[in-house]
Amino acid sequence: MVNPISSIPRPDPMLPRPFRVARAIRETADVVTLELEAQEGPPLAFLPGQFTMLYVFGVGEVPISISGDPHKPERLVHTIRRVGPVTEALCQLRKGDVVGVRGPFGSAWPMEQARGGDLVVVAGGIGLPPLRPAIYHLLRHRRDYGRVYLLYGARTPADLLFPQELQRWQYTLSHAPGASPVRVTVDRAEGAWNGSVGLVTELIPYLHLDPAHTTALMVGPEVMMRFTLAELRKRGVPEENLYLSMERNMKCAVGFCGHCQLGPHFVCKDGPVFAFPQVRDWIVRKEV
Amino acid sequence: MSKTSLQQYLSEHPFFRGLRPKDLAWLAELAEPLALEVGDYLYREGDQSKDFYLVQEGLVRLEIHTPGRGALVIQTLGPGEVLGWSVMLPETRKTFDAHIFQAARLLAFDAAAVRQRSEEDHHFGYELCKRFSRVIGGRLQATRLRLLDLYGQPH
Amino acid sequence: MSKGQFVLERSGLEQLLQALKAEGYQTLGPTMREGAIVYDELQRLEDLPIGYTDHQEGGTYRLRRRSDEALFGYNVGPHSWKRFLHPPLLRLFRSHRENGKLEFESEDEPIPKYAFFGVRACELAAIQIQDRVFLGGPYQDPHYQARREQVFIVAINCTQAGNTCFCTSVNSGPKAQTGFDLALTEVLEGDRHYFVGEVGSEAGARLLDRVAHRPAEGSEWSQAEALVAQAARQMGRQLDTEGLKEMLYQNLEHPRWEEVAARCLSCGNCTQVCPTCFCTSVEDHTDLAGQMAERTRRWDSCFTADFSYLHGGSVRVSTRARYRQWLTHKLATWQDQFGSLGCVGCGRCITWCPVGIDLTEEVAAMRSAPSEQPWSVPPAGGAHV
Repeated sequence: MVNPISSIPRPDPMLPRPFRVARAIRETADVVTLELEAQEGPPLAFLPGQFTMLYVFGVGEVPISISGDPHKPERLVHTIRRVGPVTEALCQLRKGDVVGVRGPFGSAWPMEQARGGDLVVVAGGIGLPPLRPAIYHLLRHRRDYGRVYLLYGARTPADLLFPQELQRWQYTLSHAPGASPVRVTVDRAEGAWNGSVGLVTELIPYLHLDPAHTTALMVGPEVMMRFTLAELRKRGVPEENLYLSMERNMKCAVGFCGHCQLGPHFVCKDGPVFAFPQVRDWIVRKEV
Repeated sequence: MSKTSLQQYLSEHPFFRGLRPKDLAWLAELAEPLALEVGDYLYREGDQSKDFYLVQEGLVRLEIHTPGRGALVIQTLGPGEVLGWSVMLPETRKTFDAHIFQAARLLAFDAAAVRQRSEEDHHFGYELCKRFSRVIGGRLQATRLRLLDLYGQPH
Repeated sequence: MSKGQFVLERSGLEQLLQALKAEGYQTLGPTMREGAIVYDELQRLEDLPIGYTDHQEGGTYRLRRRSDEALFGYNVGPHSWKRFLHPPLLRLFRSHRENGKLEFESEDEPIPKYAFFGVRACELAAIQIQDRVFLGGPYQDPHYQARREQVFIVAINCTQAGNTCFCTSVNSGPKAQTGFDLALTEVLEGDRHYFVGEVGSEAGARLLDRVAHRPAEGSEWSQAEALVAQAARQMGRQLDTEGLKEMLYQNLEHPRWEEVAARCLSCGNCTQVCPTCFCTSVEDHTDLAGQMAERTRRWDSCFTADFSYLHGGSVRVSTRARYRQWLTHKLATWQDQFGSLGCVGCGRCITWCPVGIDLTEEVAAMRSAPSEQPWSVPPAGGAHV
């Protein structure tokens, strides 16, 4: 005789945990950073590259990459761009508001495998936040890596994220005096912009690298990532050292809803970070 | 840099790599080092193509002036980039100003000399045209991608 | 666990049904409703579609009277057991907002204790496939698990196959091999009507002890085997699974996709009736006061226009892309994901497609005229110095 089970055993991967907004920072006109603290229980430990599902009470849930420091998990940080109703609601939250958090989910940036070689981090637009935890990791373990570059492309100077950190990283990511590891470029200059103007992929041919021992991490619009991959391959970086973060529609983040499939891969659990060989044959196909 | 080490330097550069040693030697001989300060102009809109340039240090900004909006930035070019592909087309005039905005060191290669050698030695001319085509192709591709405004709002 | 072979008379089967109910099982099985055989609660054997059979073809399903009083003389209808283990609509949690705090509670309605009475071999295979999806990965679906753990399964071996059946092509029938508590084969022989059975678990053995049964004679067992073998020979369709994954991967741009897309209505019927399709979506609602919210999960289909929506538009816009996604998932990428085919050869997608699209035909068409598309396509990117 089987006893009827009357409650769902914990942990239920679909059940959010409440987190309070400790700080809301307006980064640009359509981007907000939220720093969250657990309403109760332990902080959320995560690896660089992972994401959570953020739930706004009664509105909905969206996957957002974690953009904070993995060594400081007491503040769970997300940087969110306003592109739809849920992200709009997230961008309007104030200190003290409470959201639901599920996670962390997904695969992480290959910080271990990249040790001992050069590292190129390429971020396009809102692609910088998912890479920031990797940069924090690099800063903590700087001597484990060779030359490090951060190539960051944004639409206009007004859309640049984390400008003060970018300036600091120019020194702290450097492997030698005078090296300029951070190369920022905009598609369109406005106002008193004193930096580069051009596509971020145009910065790749002239980096001083040992391509055979270089790992690349990239996040951005898929078109930009395809061209970034092409430029890095031209430089001779091995395909298995190229890592990208993919995005697809997600409803569950645990491999059950089926929405995030990219060929045989579930972006939520096989990704979002993929090595290029895993997705090479799928990202060039239309409507896959 | 001595002319021999300059030849070595050119032979390793992505643009010049693969040219015949005698062509590299000729180019090394032709090269004129330039040092420019912030605010200097390499050339201005309307100028004839006097030289083509290899940027070694600093940043060059391609600009175009328009009343009421001042200088609009088309593109910036940094270390390693080649500037002045129109050198192969003598009839063209510069469409943009090339404005130095980070102190720059460049190598200048005299346009007329390059064109004359290209006419006399078609192998050299063809090799240069292939390389300039790649530069133009890359700029065109990048420009088209920038036009897509990929970082813009999805709708 | 002893796999004893036994015989139940028809009256013994009625006892079995009542014994299940006495044990507290909500006993579900085939019954006729609105011209189809669906799965619903059974009170007694008479609720079964006695003396009926189903005539199935592409886009066709009709019930017809048999010349005998077989209890299980048909194949499968539009329902599959997934509607009980993986409910079409389910509340996931409730949350309420009070005094600046947010609380979340998992859905805690009592989990029904089901007995599935009359599960076909292909359906058993489908349940095992969904077990891998929901329980075999890094996360487990607790709603599926809670229901699955309690299920009692009485399997029925098919003694006839339908026009759209092809379980033999994918090794999922017609005989139930594992995963059942009891398995039965119905035998009608002259004026005898009995069931030859196999015990598949401790729970099955215990339940069997509560009903009148006896060991099977060799001749009864052979008769049962012969009937099942007959079903295996009657398969109306056939699917060549040799190198199927590679063949589909190499033909993602085959012109046949365009051709099937011209017929496909992207209505999603196939995904609803398929016993292994598992895609879902979620919906969030609040009450008017804005203090209580809940999230529900419902079945979804990869054929819907915004299934693959990604800020700005869907990734799979055309019907072609969506049909291709469904078929290549079912027969190719499923193998990379879960180590088996996603298809059990039940034929429901063929029967319930309004325009009768037949995936076995689509696969055969691509095999017979493979396109030249290479599997590995060079990535984009142009020349740049």
